[in-house]
Amino acid sequence: MTELTRNQELTENEVIKEIRSEYQYGFSTPEDYFFKSGRGLSHELVDAISEHKNEPEWMRQFRHRSLDYFLARPLPEWGGDVSEIDFDNIFYYIKPTEKQASSWDDLPAEIKDTWDKLGIPEAEKKYLAGVGAQYESEVVYHKLQADLEAKGVIFLDMDSGLREHEELVKQYFGTVIPQNDNKFAALNSAVWSGGSFIYVPPGVSIEMPLQAYFRINAENMGQFERTLIIVDEDAYVHYVEGCTAPIYSSDSLHSAVVEIIVKPRGRCRYTTIQNWSNNVYNLVTKRAVAYEGATMEWVDGNLGSKLTMKYPAIWLLGERAHGEVLSIAFAGKGQHQDAGAKCVHVAPNTTSVITSKSISKNGGRAGYRGLLEVAKGATGSKSKVVCDALILDEESRSDTYPYIRVDENDVDLGHEATVSKIGEEQLFYLMSRGLSEAEASAMIVSGFVEPITKELPLEYAVEMNRLIQLQMEGSVG
Amino acid sequence: MAYLELRDLHVALEDGTPIVKGVDLEIDLNEKHAIMGPNGSGKSTLAYALMGHPAYEITGGEIVLDGENIVELEADERAQKGLFLAFQYPHAIPGVTVTSFLRSAINAIRKARNGGVDDPIPVKEFRTEILAAMERLKVPRELAQRYLNDGFSGGEKKRVEILQMALLRPRIAVLDETDSGLDIDALRIVAGGVNELVGPEMGALVITHYQRILNYITPDKVHVFVGGRIVASGGKELAEQLEAEGYDAFMPKEEVAA
Repeated sequence: MTELTRNQELTENEVIKEIRSEYQYGFSTPEDYFFKSGRGLSHELVDAISEHKNEPEWMRQFRHRSLDYFLARPLPEWGGDVSEIDFDNIFYYIKPTEKQASSWDDLPAEIKDTWDKLGIPEAEKKYLAGVGAQYESEVVYHKLQADLEAKGVIFLDMDSGLREHEELVKQYFGTVIPQNDNKFAALNSAVWSGGSFIYVPPGVSIEMPLQAYFRINAENMGQFERTLIIVDEDAYVHYVEGCTAPIYSSDSLHSAVVEIIVKPRGRCRYTTIQNWSNNVYNLVTKRAVAYEGATMEWVDGNLGSKLTMKYPAIWLLGERAHGEVLSIAFAGKGQHQDAGAKCVHVAPNTTSVITSKSISKNGGRAGYRGLLEVAKGATGSKSKVVCDALILDEESRSDTYPYIRVDENDVDLGHEATVSKIGEEQLFYLMSRGLSEAEASAMIVSGFVEPITKELPLEYAVEMNRLIQLQMEGSVG
Repeated sequence: MAYLELRDLHVALEDGTPIVKGVDLEIDLNEKHAIMGPNGSGKSTLAYALMGHPAYEITGGEIVLDGENIVELEADERAQKGLFLAFQYPHAIPGVTVTSFLRSAINAIRKARNGGVDDPIPVKEFRTEILAAMERLKVPRELAQRYLNDGFSGGEKKRVEILQMALLRPRIAVLDETDSGLDIDALRIVAGGVNELVGPEMGALVITHYQRILNYITPDKVHVFVGGRIVASGGKELAEQLEAEGYDAFMPKEEVAA
């Protein structure tokens, strides 16, 4: 680590310390005291969260049932090792400021300072249609451009969504990912806070991507954001989620749930670039349903974290629905990326494409775990799965687990998998042009993931390449 | 002293098999040399070893570039010091466009020449240069946005090699069998590029099996390379003699018999 980055981190940690000290002043009343000191999980906690948010009774009940499911389910024994997560030593809910700020100027200076480092103002200046950023558990800053509002588009944090559009939320919440779907979805369902709620009315196409920034900023704090996106008939939205997290001394848990409903002929693209710090458990459930003629696309970049288990899924429920999953996983030292995709063909003439690229280096472990399922009656369905792995050294590892279940004859399925190493000849060719070995390797890796970076909004593509470059520096030679 | 001097250079494969067995050669700026040799004579090994390929070990002698022995330097450092190799089989780098690769390579060399401090080429200057060079070398515009050598025809690859040479401005360029796989039009363009670049700023070493390319790049000196050694040197008439009589006259006796 260079002196410069160490100093930056110090400053960042100091900033965060200041912010935390401010919480103590902010939460000095007895009932709020709970929120800064309460570690661990209980029905009392669920009540407190629900009460604090002033939620309707059905949501409170939903949370309680979810907690029961969570407590009853064993930890998964497949994928990555989650046995070291200490569920009693996690803050499940922290509220950073009392009220949401509606404009940049209203934000506390410390928070703004941290966000400046994330580049939010620049991004906004450029062209963002709307910015929601999650700071600790609550979205404190939210802005939606006037023309979107005029079109009837709803883009709120999930808590506000529940308050302001209860019927809509009640109709869809937990329908794509049931509360007992898996242990971590149950946990999220019990203690969720924040996340985005988006509704795009019929025929409305939002050209600019909607963006939200997520960030974990308190030690031992779980982040359980909950996102629900409803794209109505013939509508289109591109939602972009970018994550960074500072480094802390003990493990952090991020367990999100994202549910998406794409109605007939609608289209939704959901882009994620995650760069969690190396102590974060990133256990996320993402699932979309696509109705007749609808298109769902997940673009998923996973860098960082200690362990990521994430398999964006698409249920193709209507005829001619189309699903695409593009994913990159980069596993460095001490990291395990268990990423992949699921596509389930339920209706006839549905199509799906899964493209997965994984890179492992310095003993990292990256894998593809995919499920492709074609149900009885989904005749004429087509699917193509391509998973490519690049292993950069002898200590690193790549796994491929492509599960395929087909209950229909009239289908067209293709699966290709490659595992490669950076070739000595390619390296020599690039080095003979003056590039150092690290630069040459980074260039080959950037090229390897290019099919996915080219699908990213420009500033994310640039950031992605920069992150890869940073990951590659000092890894060879 | 010539800009590039090989002094009793010996090169072996990783398993120790000797391939280049004592080569002395001096190439100066503004000079065109040709090395001609039959298949298996070790010509390409010589080219790779000059550029610093890790699979070839320099077991003896020196490579002196601008007064400095560079045998211990890595390929990137040799390139930064002004050596260039146009590959016989350029490698594909999927996902990396010709433009983005060229910009990175130019900037790597500029950085080295600027004492290790970043000195990126201004975007406008880069654009002007690349467009002008593509025009001169008749490289189709669309290649700029394609992935480097990925799915290129043989001729496209060779033109892009020469394009790289034009933009990276080496002092000594080594061209390894650049004529192979080229039709006559492409050959003319590639040779034209080399002729244009050779001058007070650059010298070239053309390695070839056939005399054909030497109709377009008139060498100042021709060296016959057989069995890992230069067995004869002369003017361009030597190339014509080779074309007429073949390599037999230069072969060691036992190899002719074999």
